[in-house]
Formats: sequence, structure tokens, C-alpha cells
Amino acid sequence: MNGLRAWVQVSPLALVLLLFFAAPIAVVVVASFLPGDGYGGMQAGFTLENYAAVLGNTLTLKLYASTLKFAVVTWALTLAIGFWVAYFLVFHVRSRLLAIGLFLVCTVPFWTSNIIRMISWIPLLGQNGLVNQALISVHAIEQPLGFLLFSDFAVIAAYVHQLTIFMIVPIFNAMSRIDRRTLEAGHDAGASRWDAMRLVVIPLSKNGIALGSIFVLAIVMGDFFVVKVMSGGGSASVVSALYEDIAVLQYPPAAASAVLLLLVVVALVTLIVRTVDVRQEIAR
Amino acid sequence: MSRARRPWTFWALATLFAAYVAALYGPMLCIYVLSFQDVRGGLVFPMKGLSLHWFVDLFTQVRTGDVKGGFERSIVLAVVVTVLTVAGSLLAGLAFRRRFRGDGIVFYAMVGSLVAPGLVLGIGIGLLFQTLGLPAGWMTSALGAHLSWTLPFGVLVMFAVLSRFDRAWEEAARDLGATRWQTLWLVVVPILAPGLLAVALFGFTLSYDEFARSLQTSGPLNTLPLEIWSMTLNVTSPSLYALGTVTTLASFAIIAACLGVIAHIHQRRAAPRAA
Repeated sequence: MNGLRAWVQVSPLALVLLLFFAAPIAVVVVASFLPGDGYGGMQAGFTLENYAAVLGNTLTLKLYASTLKFAVVTWALTLAIGFWVAYFLVFHVRSRLLAIGLFLVCTVPFWTSNIIRMISWIPLLGQNGLVNQALISVHAIEQPLGFLLFSDFAVIAAYVHQLTIFMIVPIFNAMSRIDRRTLEAGHDAGASRWDAMRLVVIPLSKNGIALGSIFVLAIVMGDFFVVKVMSGGGSASVVSALYEDIAVLQYPPAAASAVLLLLVVVALVTLIVRTVDVRQEIAR
Repeated sequence: MSRARRPWTFWALATLFAAYVAALYGPMLCIYVLSFQDVRGGLVFPMKGLSLHWFVDLFTQVRTGDVKGGFERSIVLAVVVTVLTVAGSLLAGLAFRRRFRGDGIVFYAMVGSLVAPGLVLGIGIGLLFQTLGLPAGWMTSALGAHLSWTLPFGVLVMFAVLSRFDRAWEEAARDLGATRWQTLWLVVVPILAPGLLAVALFGFTLSYDEFARSLQTSGPLNTLPLEIWSMTLNVTSPSLYALGTVTTLASFAIIAACLGVIAHIHQRRAAPRAA
């Protein structure tokens, strides 16, 4: 009886997940095994050619290497910044109200357009942008730095700009729940501040860190518009290559590539989930 | 923590925090300022003149695309998504307070829907509609695509909101003879109101700004982020920045309204009852 009521309550969510998550993924998986007709359509049948084409292409490896590089660098930077920002807000800001206010200041841009936030780097990083103007005016450089915009540097800057919030929120939540008395007990028992960080704060923030990592890694792995715009076409990612395939209606190879990407993302997420109990973390 | 002198780490981290906030808002402020240039304006500083030229340009020029239509569609879509997200998240949140048969499957499908690359999901939904012979449209396939992202997100927020909800209130209402509907409408929903508003804020803005999931699902008519996307590829005038200013103002208005109402509710609850 209870189970039935729970299912009635969860049915809108389940229906959306079935129709707009499970079914579309199933369609992509099916499409990845269909032979293409060479004109952008698909034929009935079964073939492993799409996978052979994707896996046998050296470009695939390069794309994954490039995407993983962006993912790892972004993850490391967002974790470093996010952890210390959260730590500052929770443990250094003495007024609880001020801490929440500053936390809201960090979250507001999350509710605005990512594309707009991305293009807002143009007046800063461009050839004649503020950074180059400033560096030239203090005679630090003679020529404008070319690598600032439309480069891997710009891609990383845009990712960190957009995604650090995904680290701050769960780590802030986890740290807020740490009982201050555990820190005081540690202090009384002779722990240095470094010991307290290593033995109390980091272990108790572990779940928040894992949750943030899942979001950051999954978003970077699935991104294509930051790479496309901020690299100026110089770099590619797995999904940006997929997007090019779709633009010329190459559905079956794109589907095979998409399935491969999904497997990689699922493996990555599973790896992180294994280290912590994510469900307990968010349901607590 | 004692009221002692601040350790050096405080100043180091305060500097980091200030730098982070400056980097967060600085670039956005630049484009808002630059959008108010006059007709000579370019994409970088220095500022050339001061006018609303590029805002007029944005809504009157054909070359900048159908910004007005995209704006209207995005607002309507976001409102529908918000209503469905709040209702769906509340119900699912209530269900997830107890374990039930198959809860793990729903939970992991939710996580999957959150981490699946948006474009891949969009392609799947597009292909699904094509296979079923249904035309893709911003109010059908794009609506579903947005819900596949906002609804799981809303449920996660509901988990956090409900973790602070005391079931005793619900039981008290039942003991006093309230029906299930009365308990929901007269007790649960009013108590959870601030949390539900937070879910609404997430639902609205995540849909209003959603790009990757809309790309293959919105059909012949564009939503606003798709208009912005095509502008970033074609338009190299401050019109682009003007669009940024307009959409951000719309976002800020929504955020301010939601946070204002939440703060108002908290204040009324904190205030001692008169009489």
C-alpha cells in the first residue's frame, strides 16, 4: 500500500525519465548499430561498422585525450578554488548571516546564461582586450599576448568560471554540517591546524567533494560549446566532433560515438560513487 | 573559534575569495558597460560614446535574428517547466522519504539524466520524435528535454529541503482529522514554501538558459539561448552584449523576486505573533 502511494507520487518523475532519458538513450543505442544509407538516413539492419569506424580512428583517441585533459585540469582548478572558498565561508567568516550572504553572491551568476558569461571574456582577453592593454601600458609586454583568447587557456578559464560553483555548493553544505566541537576536541587533544584539516575537515567533506567532482567532470566531458567558441575552432572535444557529425546528418557514427562517451562518463561517475555514498550525502 | 587575532590563513583565503568574486562578476560587468556604447562601438574597451543604440538594434534588425520571438518562447517554456518541476519534485521528494520497491532504479535514472551529455540526450529525443513521426517543437520535445534536466535537479533540492522537515507536523494534521489532500495543501506545502520557491528558481533559470538540450529538440522555432548561440557565430557588434545585458536583467529580476519572497516568508515566521 505504501509502495503504491510512493509510486503514484514518483510517477511524474518516472514518466519524464522514461520518455526523455531512458527512451532517447535506447534510440541512440539502436541507431549506433544501424547501417547508414550514405545520404544521412539510416537503414534497417545490424552492423558493427559504426563502432569499428569510431574505435579504429586515431582521431577518436586524440579527441578523448584532449577532452580528458580539459576535464582533469578544470577539475583540479575548480576543486582547489571551490574547496578554499567553501572553507573560508564556513570556518573563517564568523557571522553566519554574512557567510550565507557571501555564499549567495557566489551562486547568483549560476542563475544567468552560460553563453553570455562565456562571451563576456572577449573584452577582457581579446587581442585588444583589457588584460593586454594593461600589460602593454605597464610595459610588461611589447606585443599583445595571442594565447589569451581563442586558445586552450581561454577554454579552461571559461570552464573554471562556470563550474567552480558546482564544487562550492556541495562542499559548503558538507562543511556546514561539521560539528565545531569535533575541531575543538581535536585542538584540545593537541592537533595542529594542519592535522585538523587533514584528519577532520577533509574526511568529513569527502562526500561533498565527490558530488562536486561528478558534476564538473560530467559537464566538461559532455561540453561542446565552450570548446567551440573559446578555442576559436582550434581545439575539439568528443561532443564537438559529434556535433559536426550531426550537422552533416551522419547519425549512425555519431550515435556510436555518443554511446562510447556515455560508457566513459558512466564509468567515471561509478568510480567516484564507489568512493562515497552519494545518495546518503544528498538525502541526509 | 575564539575571538582571537585572525590567523594568516584568514587573510590569504579572504584574498582568494575576493579574487574569485571579482573574476566571477568582472567580465560580466564589462559587457554590460560596453553594451551602452553608441553607433561607433566595438567589442572591446575603450568605451565609444553612450547610448541605447545597440538595444534598439537588437530588437529591430533582421540580421540579429528573431530575438523578440526567442525571448517570448523562452519565458513561456520556462514558466511551464517551472510549474511542472515544482509539482513533480515535491511529489517525488515526498515519495523518497521512505524506501519503496524500485527506488534505486528511479534514483540512478535521475543521476544518469543529470550527468548525460545534454547534446546526446537532445539527439536521442530528436531521433525518438522522428521515429515516432512526431514533429519536434519547442513546446513538446524541448519541454521534455528541459524537464529531463530540471526535474532531477529539483528533486535533489527537495531532498535537502525535506531533510529539515519534521514529519510530526504531518502526523499531527492527520491525527486532527485532516485528509491526505488537506495535510498536503494546508500543512506540508505552506511549511515547505521557501524550499519550493528555491526549486522554482532553479527550474525557471535552468530552462531559460538551457542550450545543449534545446539544440536538437526545439524544432523550427528557436528559444533565446539558441538565438544567442547563432548570434555569437554571426554577429560581431555590441548587439551581442546588449542581448547579454537584457537576458541577465531578466534573470536578475527573477532571482531577486524569488529571494525577496523567501526572505519575506522567513521574516514573518521569525517575527513574534501579534495578539
